Amino acid sequence: MAESATEDHKGRARLVQGPGLLLVWLYGVMSVGAVSRSVYQILTDYGSAPLAHTLSAVAAVVYAFITYTLVRGGERARKAALVCCAAELAGVLIVGTWTVVEPSAFPDSTVWSAYGMGYIFIPVLLPVTGMLWLRRSRQGRGKS
Amino acid sequence: MLDALTVAVAVTALALAAWCGFAAYRDQPTKDWHFIGMAVVSVLALGQLVVGIAQLARGEKAHEGTAIFLAYLIGSFAAVPAAGFLSLAERTRWGSATVAAGAVVLAVLEVRLYDIWGG
Repeated sequence: MAESATEDHKGRARLVQGPGLLLVWLYGVMSVGAVSRSVYQILTDYGSAPLAHTLSAVAAVVYAFITYTLVRGGERARKAALVCCAAELAGVLIVGTWTVVEPSAFPDSTVWSAYGMGYIFIPVLLPVTGMLWLRRSRQGRGKS
Repeated sequence: MLDALTVAVAVTALALAAWCGFAAYRDQPTKDWHFIGMAVVSVLALGQLVVGIAQLARGEKAHEGTAIFLAYLIGSFAAVPAAGFLSLAERTRWGSATVAAGAVVLAVLEVRLYDIWGG
């Protein structure tokens, strides 16, 4: 926490710096994991668990979009990423609770099953740290 | 698949994670020695990729399917170099933290690879 957000403007404010880099890396990894997983699931056996596989695809799209907005940077992207992180957190909590309460609805697991236990709970932790970082990077600049 | 190689990749990846995590803790960016460490881990992962493909070519089957096995092999080869490139542009402790995270990801992938091959 030595330096606050550096003013490295080239038209757009950079979000990928300091802790933001670690965030982008984790979102990138989750994107690759979720996209390849859902593509494989949908191509090979969509019929066996349509709900689980559709939710995996939704998760994949959300991760990919957040990664893109973080890399792109700028104020609008920051706001979009913030909204998506909130949606992601809501998704993890809802789907996670759903899979715990009614496992029979999910013959196959999704990325967000049991709050992302199969991914060492990264899916729950990531949106929280993401929102903290995105809020802080606005405060660091103090203007829109 | 060669279990010894899988174990070697996982152990060196964890060692790299600890080393770079320590650098991040001490507020240091990744240095030449860290990049040599990343190169060692990456060469091992590349060896694993080659061995894995060779075994598939010889007609052996992965327990959970060829596509998943190949995807994980490629992912585990790419993880550490990708994190290393990111840390080149971020000359702070956060570059080191990113490489540490990449190495942890690789270790997790190795555990999955072991399951995918052996079942």
